[in-house]
Amino acid sequence: MTRYIITRFLLMVPTLLAVGVLIFVLVRVVPGDIVALRLVLGGSFVTPQVIEAERARLGLNKSMWAQFSEWMTGMLRLDLGRSMWSGEPVASEIGLRLQLSLELAVIATAIATAIAIPMGTLAAVYRGRWVDQVIQVISVAGLSVPSFWLGILMILFLLSVFNYLPPLVFTPLWQDPKANLAQLIWPALAVGYRYSAVATRMTRSALLEVLREDYVRTASAKGLATGIILRKHALPNALMPVVTVIGLEFAFLIGGLVVTEQVFNLNGIGKLIVDAIAQRDYTLIQGLMLLVAVGYILVNFLVDLLYAWIDPRVAYQ
Amino acid sequence: MPGSTRGWRINRGRFRPWLRFLRRYPLGAGGAAVVVVMVLAGLAAEWVAPGDPVAANFGAMFNAPNRAHWFGTDAFGRDVLSRIIFGARTALVIGFGSSLLGATIGGAIGVASAYFGGITDLLVQRLVDIVISFPIIVVAMAIVAIIGVGTDKLVVAIALSFLPRAERVVRSSALSVREMAYVEAARALGCSHGRIIRRHMAPNVLAPYLVMLTSFLGQAILLEASLSFLGLGISEPTPAWGLMLRGAAVDFVQRAPWMAIFPGLAISIAVLAFNVFGDALRDAFDPRLRT
Repeated sequence: MTRYIITRFLLMVPTLLAVGVLIFVLVRVVPGDIVALRLVLGGSFVTPQVIEAERARLGLNKSMWAQFSEWMTGMLRLDLGRSMWSGEPVASEIGLRLQLSLELAVIATAIATAIAIPMGTLAAVYRGRWVDQVIQVISVAGLSVPSFWLGILMILFLLSVFNYLPPLVFTPLWQDPKANLAQLIWPALAVGYRYSAVATRMTRSALLEVLREDYVRTASAKGLATGIILRKHALPNALMPVVTVIGLEFAFLIGGLVVTEQVFNLNGIGKLIVDAIAQRDYTLIQGLMLLVAVGYILVNFLVDLLYAWIDPRVAYQ
Repeated sequence: MPGSTRGWRINRGRFRPWLRFLRRYPLGAGGAAVVVVMVLAGLAAEWVAPGDPVAANFGAMFNAPNRAHWFGTDAFGRDVLSRIIFGARTALVIGFGSSLLGATIGGAIGVASAYFGGITDLLVQRLVDIVISFPIIVVAMAIVAIIGVGTDKLVVAIALSFLPRAERVVRSSALSVREMAYVEAARALGCSHGRIIRRHMAPNVLAPYLVMLTSFLGQAILLEASLSFLGLGISEPTPAWGLMLRGAAVDFVQRAPWMAIFPGLAISIAVLAFNVFGDALRDAFDPRLRT
């Protein structure tokens, strides 16, 4: 097991390196660099000398290879560089927003899991009956309603019924948990609906598969109560694909909340990605994309470990 | 032999399969009906829409729904219903265009990658691994940043974001097709790689391809709406549902809720229709997947 964990961990390095190279090249393919955007589009007249000086200051006049090796050596020292736009270290720019996005993703996951597992189970147990049909329609609707529109409707509802608007400023959880939740619960609900729909569908189909197994028939033939069969025999075996889906959706939430953050005016990772791309802030984009990739790879890794924990048959050699 | 099969099929009635689909998948058939209505409305927008979708009328800004404007007017006094009907055209063009393009090119790469195997497959799969590890909206945003905004560019951007996912789905089916005796036979007969891929492999991955295509349609419409909402998709004054939710619709949500409610409803209904139709199609095509 320990050996497996170590190899899995080391295997992340080449993947991340490939991500790094790809992102590095890609951001430089985008037309217009930060200097052109900031100085030239600013409207004021600037001499070519000033533009060159600014490029030199940001290191943009060096060869691609020199820029890349500079970035990579920085990474070895765990230094992501400084944002080209604000001049702040990329790590602290990201750190500020990550707290919000991560918390939002965790709340949304909790909501989705709390809805999906009971709903999916109900649908599978009462397969084909009206309960199943209602749950299925609710889930497919969850995949269809844009979460940002759901967010707009929530704001509309809160405004017109309670004349209340969720707080616009982020307060860390430990400073004032109530204010923190008051802000984050709404976007979490808006994305949680779609998320729960994905997980409900997965729970239902995975459970249906397991309910067909012989051991479930045996259990029910020997007279076990349905609840016990579900809890002891069916659900643990159906949980693996559900855990995978929940994990991957979680990973995608960290960077994928772009639109929802916009609706609720949240200053999270998604908004930072939009801004960084719009401002051609190369170092910041690189840092953010690496963060998203690391998040995805880490979650995959954790899901694999969880497999071993849920299913004792999985032995890693 | 072909003659007899033909006769048998005609006797069964041409509409039989459709009627069976309707009976077995009423929800899916309902979805298909909504899609048909949407396509018709999109095609005939000029005749169906009560007004001009782009003409501003500053004398009629933020009008609540009334007899002249069933869904009210927006911040420029434009008729919301007309913009929704014309928006259907935008959504369909982008939905069908990007899904077809992404699924087809991705599928072709998937079949080729499965057929050739070895180092080609390995390299393609690693590249796909990397792209798949990013949320689809982030990939689409990055592509829009590179190629720019506009309807045609949005089709390309969404298609490219679907490409790696399509590649994965089709490749996994193509892997088993590659092991089939008829592919080996074709190879033994000396068929070229291109011919084997086109004539022997591609037709046999058609079912997963079609199922995937329908699931992309709904996703593409959602993605287009999200990108337009962010200002990275369709730009004013072109009517597009996501764009209608941007700006004034959010800022004046309490004063003019119809501006936010109706376009969102249009997106939801359209995507729902494609999704239930896609689900039914998947069940009908592949009984093994039915649950």
